[in-house]
Amino acid sequence: MRDIEDHGTEGRRHFLKCMAWAGAGTLWMMQGGVLRAQPLTAKGAASAADASFGFVQISDSHIGFHKAPNMDVAGTLRSSLAMIQAQKVQPDFVLHTGDLTHLSRPEEFDTLAGIMQDAHMGKVFYVPGEHDMIGDNGAEFFRRFGERQQPGGWYSFDHRGVHFVGLINVLNLKAGSLGSLGADQLAWLKQDLTSLSPDTPLVVFAHMPLWPLYPDWGWGTDDSNEAVSYLKRFGSVSVLNGHIHQIQQKVEGNVTFYTARSTAYPQPAPGTAPAPGPMKDVAPNDLHRYLGIRDVRHVQGSHALAVTDEVMA
Amino acid sequence: MNVMTWALALIASLVLSMAVLSPAWAASGAAATATKPAKPVTVDIRDFAFAPKTLTVAAGTRVVWTNRDDEPHVVVSAGNQFATSRALDTSDTYAVTFDRPGTYTYYCAIHPMMVGTIIVQ
Repeated sequence: MRDIEDHGTEGRRHFLKCMAWAGAGTLWMMQGGVLRAQPLTAKGAASAADASFGFVQISDSHIGFHKAPNMDVAGTLRSSLAMIQAQKVQPDFVLHTGDLTHLSRPEEFDTLAGIMQDAHMGKVFYVPGEHDMIGDNGAEFFRRFGERQQPGGWYSFDHRGVHFVGLINVLNLKAGSLGSLGADQLAWLKQDLTSLSPDTPLVVFAHMPLWPLYPDWGWGTDDSNEAVSYLKRFGSVSVLNGHIHQIQQKVEGNVTFYTARSTAYPQPAPGTAPAPGPMKDVAPNDLHRYLGIRDVRHVQGSHALAVTDEVMA
Repeated sequence: MNVMTWALALIASLVLSMAVLSPAWAASGAAATATKPAKPVTVDIRDFAFAPKTLTVAAGTRVVWTNRDDEPHVVVSAGNQFATSRALDTSDTYAVTFDRPGTYTYYCAIHPMMVGTIIVQ
């Protein structure tokens, strides 16, 4: 830490403050690869109002889960969507970073689709989690929620100057492995980014963390280094993941990695329990503190992405 | 050859002749094994791990996995040597009878860092 402070710039000191505020209602700004933060005050709200557009990330809805600490994951998903609707400025779209369902059952997919439809969510981009792949390698998921751009299910799109890439790292997993992208997807990613100028802001999203967050619990992706090597020439890269049901961040050059909260239940911090899995002991009254959504705003002209994590009220 | 060697040779030939010349005895032995298969052997799935991680059983043994976690798990053979389980929710079980000797590596399709081995003798 001291080393960072000694050689630090104003931006780095801001970054350290950010870490202290992580998950406590902080507006995250990424400018030129340096994270800056401010508490959610009037000033923050003003910055958000200036943004040219925003989107929301939700994750890990686990429809079908019905145990402690959450007997009503459909209800907490509805609450999450209500938080989106309560935003002053409506997001252009929603990203769901996987584990829509708990067991890939058709009725679970039905429930999720119904809840999204009832909430009039508009366009939602999905990537699958490993819980959506059970028994059929994701056939049901892709049939209902796939973007159908590539045979493997991964895709990209441009939205108001920002390039978005949806990756799939939960298919063809091998014994003893973490998440995996595979050679075909990596080749596609390299090609997909080739024609882009380095000042194009990138948002890359996938279910499992695209960095070795905690491999002992399977929290990482075996070939993520290769993918990240393609991202390094860009000035502003945000990587959004789910899977671990809590907020974790990491900065590597101009690439910032974020994991999101779940809309269903929290998991323990890395290494603080014998194994991952639902934190059963969270009291019903406290559950909402562990669940939430993430707002991301792109500020025109500054190439900044403002990332705000909100817990349920 | 000394006396000891003679004795060993005699015993060996007696054993051999019993096996070769007494099909009735051999058959009854096999029948006893078939009608009294070994009891099912259990593997617990707990804290995102298979316990025991390595299990050695006799051919013909039925192995039963039970999920003790709140997370679902799926039992998959690494070499496609036996059928994949459905998603095992809490307390769900899955059983496979291993008839042929060999080493069967398996893992969880959802959490592939969970790996186990069944050695069938």
